[in-house]
Amino acid sequence: MAEIVLSHISHRYGEGDQALRNIDLVWENGGAYALLGPSGCGKSTMLDIISGLLAPSEGELRFDGVDVSGMSPADRNIAQVFQFPVLYESMTVEQNLRFPLRNRGIGKIEAQKRAQEISELLEIGHLRRRRAKELSADAKQLVSLGRALVRRDVSAILFDEPLTVIDPQKKWGIRQALKRVHQELNHTLVYVTHDQTEALTFADEVVVMSAGEVVQKATPDVLFERPAHRFVGNFIGSPGMNFLPATVNGSRIAVGGVDLLDVSGCPGVTDADASDLVVGIRPEFVRCHGADGSGRIRASIRRRQDLGTAFQFDLSIDGTRVVAKLPAHPDVSGAECWVDFDSGHLMLFFKDQAVEGVTPLRVPADADSSRGEPGS
Amino acid sequence: MTATLKPRNNRAWLFVLPVLCSVAFTAILPLLMVINFSVQDIFGSNRVFVGAEWFLDVIEDPDIRASFWRNIAFSVQILLIQIPLGILLGLGMPKKGVMASVALVVMALPLLIPHNVVGTIWQIFGRGDIGLGGHMITRTLGFDYNYAQNPADAWLTVLVMDTWHWAPLVALLVYAGLQSIPDPYYRAASIDGARRLAVFRYIELPRLQGVLTIALLLRFMDSFMVYTEPFVLTGGGPGTTTNFLSISLQKIAVGQFDLGRGGAFSLLYFFFIQMFCFLFFQLMRRRL
Repeated sequence: MAEIVLSHISHRYGEGDQALRNIDLVWENGGAYALLGPSGCGKSTMLDIISGLLAPSEGELRFDGVDVSGMSPADRNIAQVFQFPVLYESMTVEQNLRFPLRNRGIGKIEAQKRAQEISELLEIGHLRRRRAKELSADAKQLVSLGRALVRRDVSAILFDEPLTVIDPQKKWGIRQALKRVHQELNHTLVYVTHDQTEALTFADEVVVMSAGEVVQKATPDVLFERPAHRFVGNFIGSPGMNFLPATVNGSRIAVGGVDLLDVSGCPGVTDADASDLVVGIRPEFVRCHGADGSGRIRASIRRRQDLGTAFQFDLSIDGTRVVAKLPAHPDVSGAECWVDFDSGHLMLFFKDQAVEGVTPLRVPADADSSRGEPGS
Repeated sequence: MTATLKPRNNRAWLFVLPVLCSVAFTAILPLLMVINFSVQDIFGSNRVFVGAEWFLDVIEDPDIRASFWRNIAFSVQILLIQIPLGILLGLGMPKKGVMASVALVVMALPLLIPHNVVGTIWQIFGRGDIGLGGHMITRTLGFDYNYAQNPADAWLTVLVMDTWHWAPLVALLVYAGLQSIPDPYYRAASIDGARRLAVFRYIELPRLQGVLTIALLLRFMDSFMVYTEPFVLTGGGPGTTTNFLSISLQKIAVGQFDLGRGGAFSLLYFFFIQMFCFLFFQLMRRRL
């Protein structure tokens, strides 16, 4: 178990594009982290740099204050679970679990005891005598997980999209096993995925990456409520955040002629070019009404979808696509409706970065809103 | 009984007919002819049915028996040398870049040379007077080496020649097998602190089982049927040192034109290789 610190880490593959750009990041001891981002954002590169399979072009990597940049993967004492199960197929499950211990010269009795503990923790004790290649994919992945856990002093366990090849029904079981393991052993866990549900359910904190940079490191709640960057707003959530072009009106920000935000507390925004400003709102906080009212914006309805648990409306406000996710079908008929927003969840982005210190203006409709969410 | 859902259309057999005809002429009829020879004593236009006499004769013939055991010894030695050597070569070949292509071409070169040319190359190469290899061994290094007169030298030269010719096949098969091992296996091993030998033993070897089975089978069959190269190099000599089964067969069937004995010999030879491959394959399949 260790605290892992990346300082000024950059990487470039040969003459190609920069895979990582000047990353500063701290993984605290015992934390469960998810590394989330679209394919090609550099998350696997980051994992390979931490595990030591790849040497960064620049920067320094420290485990508990010790510079490990030049160390081999074995010396760093990290463990890794790969995208598909990697087992020593000619060995039994038990031999697989003992293999990392055997290579480090740990005695047979001790290793056996440890293998037994781990297989009980993962509930694969009944498979111990079986040959690794006879197992199903999810059992195999549990065994690879076991092999990662078997060393007591491991600095961190890295997961590289470990549920990719697992059947959806079986994923849950492995995720539960992971949580149990984390509670009992308190290892530092880093979990790479492009699946936000996986990341948000697994991690205490999520690191969102895009184009080789860390865009935000925060708890799942904060990522949803207060994305620091347009990318996060769009990437997290299903569907992603809506972004509406804004106009500046003195110290007020308006969308579609309705004043929504007060920016008197944010210097620099008032005289900013309006084309750099967008207002963000999650589809969950968009409301549709059948009639006009104060603070409502007219929208045309492009498509209605019944998602089973919610209704999704694809709207267009002056040509900008806006999605509304509504708990119940609104009292709306025809091809247009009037929209207002849950003002407490409105956000302002300046040049893609979230602006702090914005005060929402209470829209009268908030008072009698059926959702009853108060503006903060 | 399962119900027939589709009407049977036997016209499909018509399309198989051309293949059946050509195979009949190239394989089945010649084989039947050999069977026909093997149960008769043919002398000019006189032919007498002799039953299994030729077969018993071949089995009891001390020269053929000696040839058989010589051939077994040869095949075993070939496998013991070429399989490990092929694995080492395959492991040593570069995996990426220009050198990988160069290595592939160089390794494939001996495989592209016709058998009798290989024999001729080594026949000249090994000569003490004009051959580069023979000259170096006898004159430069001062060894008493002569494959045409020394039985041990002849045997050794045949072994080296066959290895030169066929070890690359094993190497290429191993190389292909190694290429199919996904990278994470090596990564996992390095994370688990496995040493090179353990990587070979637990990752590479299990995944090479398939190609090694093929390599073993091919090398056994080829070495057990080896003919052209030793025939060109030594003609079976000196004495009977390199007189392998195929060379004995050639002497009986073509040299002495002893069709009955030759026929029985061929059939037994064929039967042995078939049985060996069948049993070997079954055994390997059960293990895999």
